[in-house]
Amino acid sequence: MLKIENLHATVAGKAILKGLSLEVNAGEIHAIMGPNGAGKSTLGYVLGGREGYEVTGGSVAFDGKDLLDMEADERAAAGLFLGFQYPVEIPGVSNVQFLRTALNAQRRARGEAEMSAGDFLRLARAQGDALGVSMDMMKRNVNVGFSGGEKKRNEMVQMGIIAPRLAVLDETDSGLDIDALRVVAEGINRIMRAPDKAVLLITHYQRLLDLVVPDFVHVLADGRIVRSGGPELAHELEREGYVGVAA
Amino acid sequence: MSDADPVQTRNREAQEAVDRASTYEWGFSSDIEQEFAPKGLSEDTVRYISAKKNEPEWLLEWRLKAYRAWLTMEEVSWAKLDIPAIDFQDAYYYAEPKAKPTLASLDELDPEIRRTYEKLGIPIEEQKVLAGVEGARKVAVDAVFDSVSVATTFRAELERAGVIFRSISEAVREYPDLVRKWLGSVVPQRDNYFACLNSAVFSDGTFVYIPEGVRCPMELSTYFRINAANTGQFERTLIVADKGSYVSYLEGCTAPMRDENQLHAAVVELVALDDAEIKYSTVQNWYPGDSEGKGGIYNFVTKRGACRGARSKISWTQVETGSAITWKYPSCILQGEESVGEFYSVAVTNNRQQADTGTKMIHIGRGSRSTIVSKGISAGRSDNTYRGLVRVLANADGVRNFTQCDSLLLGDKCGAHTVPYIEVRNPTAQIEHEATTSKISDDQLFYAMSRGLSREDAVALIVNGFAREVLQQLPMEFAVEAQKLLGISLEGSVG
Repeated sequence: MLKIENLHATVAGKAILKGLSLEVNAGEIHAIMGPNGAGKSTLGYVLGGREGYEVTGGSVAFDGKDLLDMEADERAAAGLFLGFQYPVEIPGVSNVQFLRTALNAQRRARGEAEMSAGDFLRLARAQGDALGVSMDMMKRNVNVGFSGGEKKRNEMVQMGIIAPRLAVLDETDSGLDIDALRVVAEGINRIMRAPDKAVLLITHYQRLLDLVVPDFVHVLADGRIVRSGGPELAHELEREGYVGVAA
Repeated sequence: MSDADPVQTRNREAQEAVDRASTYEWGFSSDIEQEFAPKGLSEDTVRYISAKKNEPEWLLEWRLKAYRAWLTMEEVSWAKLDIPAIDFQDAYYYAEPKAKPTLASLDELDPEIRRTYEKLGIPIEEQKVLAGVEGARKVAVDAVFDSVSVATTFRAELERAGVIFRSISEAVREYPDLVRKWLGSVVPQRDNYFACLNSAVFSDGTFVYIPEGVRCPMELSTYFRINAANTGQFERTLIVADKGSYVSYLEGCTAPMRDENQLHAAVVELVALDDAEIKYSTVQNWYPGDSEGKGGIYNFVTKRGACRGARSKISWTQVETGSAITWKYPSCILQGEESVGEFYSVAVTNNRQQADTGTKMIHIGRGSRSTIVSKGISAGRSDNTYRGLVRVLANADGVRNFTQCDSLLLGDKCGAHTVPYIEVRNPTAQIEHEATTSKISDDQLFYAMSRGLSREDAVALIVNGFAREVLQQLPMEFAVEAQKLLGISLEGSVG
């Protein structure tokens, strides 16, 4: 589904990704772990198509298509979802309005019919209920005045509504207490654990991986994948730290 | 008519000028014969206009008095605007469609004019209303095509309610006492240079009178459009809400493309007596000029409402996206005890547009209250200034004002300026002023795009969110139009 080959990227002229290669197949959950400054968030932004993150070499194919050639919104329409470490506030725009506009923009881009207001509200209510997000909160402005945990749950509601094929989740577990972490993890499993879907989990910590058990774990250090393994690699990291594992 | 006919020749010249239209979305013009006053401005021009309209002597004298006063006045220079010199002799002060029709319904309207309105995208809902569809929301349209009102619909229903909704010219003939009583009572002739000019040469406009205790049964709506090249527009609007009455008035504007900058100097006067309420909403989308600022409309408008009566209320809502230069301060004189003034504004400037707009709230009555919410959006190389005055007179006890001015910048070559004037002569007043300036952040744009919104849709969504408090004040059919306009006005401004 996703094939990253020898990816190089710079931010403000500084090389961050230095030859990263990774292949993710449908039905798989991959975790990317690594120390601060290794390039984890940069990988997320490069895959999402953020401006200012310049790809200087390598390739990324999504379902065989050149992902790097697409604008951020085209990537979304193609089925890529980027979960933000710091979800952004948009004053004056309700969650419901934001998501319905976004969902229908994606559907139009794919040549599908737009979803009616009624159908959308039913979908939003169902996804909200599953993640403990009330309709009142859905009607509030996008992330404005949300706590850290609420923002992250809101990201999962968005993912549930948009129903992507590939989710790249950037530190979705940061800032969550243990109960919220459980809710978010259940969301990821429910929405994305499917034979035709895949997840790239970018995280610092083992604790999320106890709840969303990955098929593969990769260690990212200095812009490259330096080790790959099964779920046990995360435990090894937890015990020995990045320095020991990546060396 | 022969080719040598001067009116025909001028018509052709005007037509050719307009035909050079190229890029403005609504930059089209209609082939309707027009009759022009001779070019230039003199007492003769004023007499010509007055004679054309068969005006009574008192009105001619009123105009002449204004004209003579205007000769002694100077253009304003305090606004943060770069206004090119205007040659007032190089313009026509009057144009009207050749055969002046008096119509019972829009069906009888010149098909060319109807096509013009269709191109303007007059909302389907209103088209339904005009076609007499059962259950459609009632909006009365007094269609002002250039200077002369060519059709007034729903007159009968309004008349049953006792509401007078007329072109100013008709009102002068049919209700001379009312017009004479209130004309110039809120905006005196000598108020300012452009209001004075308007008083001398105003071509047409709208008169509304809501009798005591009447709630106007429909939203009143006027579409302004400037069609003839080189024809200054001097609309005059006068709305009087008698005791305990209510009216909501909508004014929407688009204009065709033209080559030369064009002056528009309207005057709007509102009067609210005891317990009356007037809600005045404007969506203004006049041609802003090309990306270098050439050819746009100059919009120098004087809008003022007088809350004469106790507990009266006047609410201005404006969405300003057009014009090369906007100079406009819809204001409230809060004379009545516990009267209420409101000003909700969204002003968008892009490319080389300049806007200096805001309000004045003059608190005279005890316990009067005012609310000001101004949202300025600047893009391109434009300049956007909020200029607002809150004045509390010595005898006005217990006054409250809340002002919020927010500016949003798109790009790094535009300017946003906030110039609040606060003059308080009574110690019991409570005045609050909040101001913010922000930029559309890359974070917001990327976040919205990563959810599937195109860049332009993302900008439109964020901008509409920024302006929401104001857009909420608009009647529904206007709000939808205004949201679209905000998006269209800012296309290409980010990226």
